Amino acid sequence: MSMPFYVPPEQMVKDRADFARKGISRGRPIVVVQLDDGILLIGENRSPSLRKIGEVYDRIAFAGVGRFNEFETLRVAGIRYADLKGFSYSREDVTGKGLANAYSQTLGQVFSHEIKPYEVDIIVAELGETRADDSIFRIQFDGTLRDAEGFAVLGAYVDEISAALEGALGEGTTLEQAIALSCAAIEEAGGEPIEAHDWEIALLDRTAGRRTFRRLTTDEITSARS
Amino acid sequence: MTEAFLGPLHLGEPTADASFLSVLQRRGVDPRWDTADASGIAVPEATTVLALTWADGVVIAGDRRATAGNLIAHTRVRKVYEADRHSAVAISGTAGMAVELIKLFRTELEHYEKIEGASLSLEGKANFLARMIRGNLSLAFQGLIVIPLFCGYDTKEATGRLFSYDVIGGRYDELDYATTGSGGAEARAFLKGVWRRDLSRDEALAASIEALISAAEEDSATGGPDLKRGIYPNVLVVTADGVEEIDDETLAAMTAPIVADRP
Repeated sequence: MSMPFYVPPEQMVKDRADFARKGISRGRPIVVVQLDDGILLIGENRSPSLRKIGEVYDRIAFAGVGRFNEFETLRVAGIRYADLKGFSYSREDVTGKGLANAYSQTLGQVFSHEIKPYEVDIIVAELGETRADDSIFRIQFDGTLRDAEGFAVLGAYVDEISAALEGALGEGTTLEQAIALSCAAIEEAGGEPIEAHDWEIALLDRTAGRRTFRRLTTDEITSARS
Repeated sequence: MTEAFLGPLHLGEPTADASFLSVLQRRGVDPRWDTADASGIAVPEATTVLALTWADGVVIAGDRRATAGNLIAHTRVRKVYEADRHSAVAISGTAGMAVELIKLFRTELEHYEKIEGASLSLEGKANFLARMIRGNLSLAFQGLIVIPLFCGYDTKEATGRLFSYDVIGGRYDELDYATTGSGGAEARAFLKGVWRRDLSRDEALAASIEALISAAEEDSATGGPDLKRGIYPNVLVVTADGVEEIDDETLAAMTAPIVADRP
């Protein structure tokens, strides 16, 4: 029996993390913003059919950057997890925290056991009854789970976009203002303007009924920015 | 389960499959009732439900009674449900199974919509429901029968549509009205007298309420409105704008004159 080469775990983790980060840092950014009336999810997306932002459950949304097929696998797995839990127990037992933990566990296992790690970072946003009850979870390619306060940025130009949004958003920020600010920050960081139909914007709407997720139309985006 | 799944999210499962029922089946947790013969047990039965088309959509309604043998088992059972934004479903038959079946059906429609990013067509929803009834066939032979009515607004055809089913999952397009359950024949006879293609919304609502009263008068298993206790039928209206449930106050106001004018 041949002996495999010894690779120190530090080296393995570093190699894998470098590999994953390289892919993710090229991904077009996603911005998630907490508002008084909901949680806004914004991304640049030139494809009208491949979605980066999606509905998971009544009050939970998903957003991913990196390799499409990988975060699509995670999105579908998350919907299955949520629907199965809600079907087996009750709709109110499906929580963003539970889902974020499941993502974290799963990504952690993929990172250390699979041939290559997933090149994705994802966000799980859960709408609370009030702004103070909202949760935004960031889950990294290696399973690292972090809470975000107020807003979160994924993908390319994280630092530039975060710097532009820091202090600009807060209580009282309207939907239109948040869209205008976030889109401008993404365009500024990328160095080129983005057409209205190349944005993918969705809202978890605090004023809606049971299912709070809704996509904004190109017209709504145009009017918010004008 | 022989496949090795990664993490709590079962990453090994096929991503392209948008069916929730398949998820349950793959994981071995789909609802099953294994029984040799159910004729010896008295399980609650949900009775009369009906649906009728009108000028701008469909009205679907059901009484509130469930019976077990000769007993009234429940007086406030819900037999009519919103299935999704543009469709509704009503059930008659073995109540426990029917409620579970509806829950599964509603989850399936929402699950599909979330994964695919688009709703199933109305035709697709009606066919899936037929498949679910057919899956219950062996139980139907043992006396545990579930028969639904399904209706919705077909956004492509811009019209309300209505589907009835038989016990083995046969699916039938109905152009005018349909009923099922123990008081179904009586409700059907009533609707036959009043139905027109151009019924207004209020006329269709009144017809559905009176058809159920008519059924309750002839069939002991169907519960009429109980004005004293505030028990009214469940009535849903489906139009291009979506599904709207008629609240009890409105139903009370509509029911009182109908009851007063009954021969």
